[in-house]
Amino acid sequence: MTFLRERGLGISVVVALAITAVFALWISPRDIEQGEAVRLLYLHVPTIWIAFLAFFVTALSSVLWLVPRTRSTTWDLLAGASAEVGVVFTGITLVVGSLWGRPTWGTYWVWDARLTTTAILFFLYLGYLALRRTGSTAEERGKRCAIAALIAFADVPIVHFSVTWWQTLHQSGTVFNNKISVQIHGSMAFTLLWSVASFTLFYVYLVMRRLQLAELEEGLEERELEIAITERVRAEQVVPV
Amino acid sequence: MTFLTDALLVAGKDLRIERRSRVALQQILPFGGIVVVIFAFALDANRASLPEAAPGLFWAAVLLAALLAISRSFAVEESNGARDGLRLSGIDAGSIFVGKAVAIAVELFLLEVVLGAAVIVLYGVTVHGVVVLLCTALAATIGLAATGTVYGVLATGLRARDTLVPLLVLPAVTPVMLGATRAFAAALDGTTSDAWPWVQLLAAFAILVIAAGTVAFGPLLEEA
Repeated sequence: MTFLRERGLGISVVVALAITAVFALWISPRDIEQGEAVRLLYLHVPTIWIAFLAFFVTALSSVLWLVPRTRSTTWDLLAGASAEVGVVFTGITLVVGSLWGRPTWGTYWVWDARLTTTAILFFLYLGYLALRRTGSTAEERGKRCAIAALIAFADVPIVHFSVTWWQTLHQSGTVFNNKISVQIHGSMAFTLLWSVASFTLFYVYLVMRRLQLAELEEGLEERELEIAITERVRAEQVVPV
Repeated sequence: MTFLTDALLVAGKDLRIERRSRVALQQILPFGGIVVVIFAFALDANRASLPEAAPGLFWAAVLLAALLAISRSFAVEESNGARDGLRLSGIDAGSIFVGKAVAIAVELFLLEVVLGAAVIVLYGVTVHGVVVLLCTALAATIGLAATGTVYGVLATGLRARDTLVPLLVLPAVTPVMLGATRAFAAALDGTTSDAWPWVQLLAAFAILVIAAGTVAFGPLLEEA
């Protein structure tokens, strides 16, 4: 049953993403200002949304690990799985954003507050993942990583605040102008919503599979330890004193 | 009161080790100095860009040297079971955190005085707004030292500690780097009123990290 359910989720993710691709590449119209480049936004918006969702889930499961009543290795593993997916999607966001910026703004990168914060976010969580990979016991890793995840999560708004301030003080206007009210074409709005929904489904699937893998890895370590102990015991029994 | 006296005890211990071993004096300080010189090569010392970039270069040099100071502060606890001694001393973990952070902050402050002099001489900077510069340096240094102490203990006992700490610390202290650089630039431009909001940001950052560190240090030290 579980196998069928997973397979079912996997297939629906593929179908949903395929529909996103059809809508984003063919059905939705090109933008008057941005031309064909607007199609990148159907990838850009969902990936950054997934990144934020993923880091939120990491922070939440870190809290659940830290609270003694709800402490369970699963929360620690979920925090790690979600952060991994989050870092990948942050990376995709940065790359797609740069590709979109080139034809639209005429440059791959501007030191805009949002871009800068996203770049720092990427490095903050790369550090978190590096911390996760330094071997130690599950308990120890859980504590270190949960605290690191919460510090990183709390640091993001402070970074964003200081970067925004830096830009407002030293640049006369940013690329994002809130005063222009944007009229979104009906099929564009639908494509955007659909792509966000399908990518969210994709995120759920990825984290689920990653979590399973992490649990298997944990189990394997325990099994190897058991095998080593039995072998040791047997060896001691065989050798006559 | 014991909280503060205990913290000062730990800080005194760390500073005494540095005074006797001279690692900070003979390695970290020269490292900061050569970074200042390297930056002059990077920006071409013959052009006018150096004085303009001086605040940022100064803080980048301090940040790089701070990474060494943080590593060093936790390396001294590795040998002879020093960390166990610290844990068994009965001193509150919060005091240990504040003590170690104070020691790093004092070292960095001395480093900043020397590097500041080097920047003034080598980059041709004219000093304005000494009060703002001092307040900025104080707030930024405390924030930097506190963040470093949190991540230092977080990575204690791990195999890849020395390479992990810079990766964890540098993105986290972005607000300090930005705030201190902008405040210094404003002060040197003579527009001190632009600098004060940054000093406030630096102070707020320092207070937040100290609060978080005091809470988190206990469980982390226990585990390491």
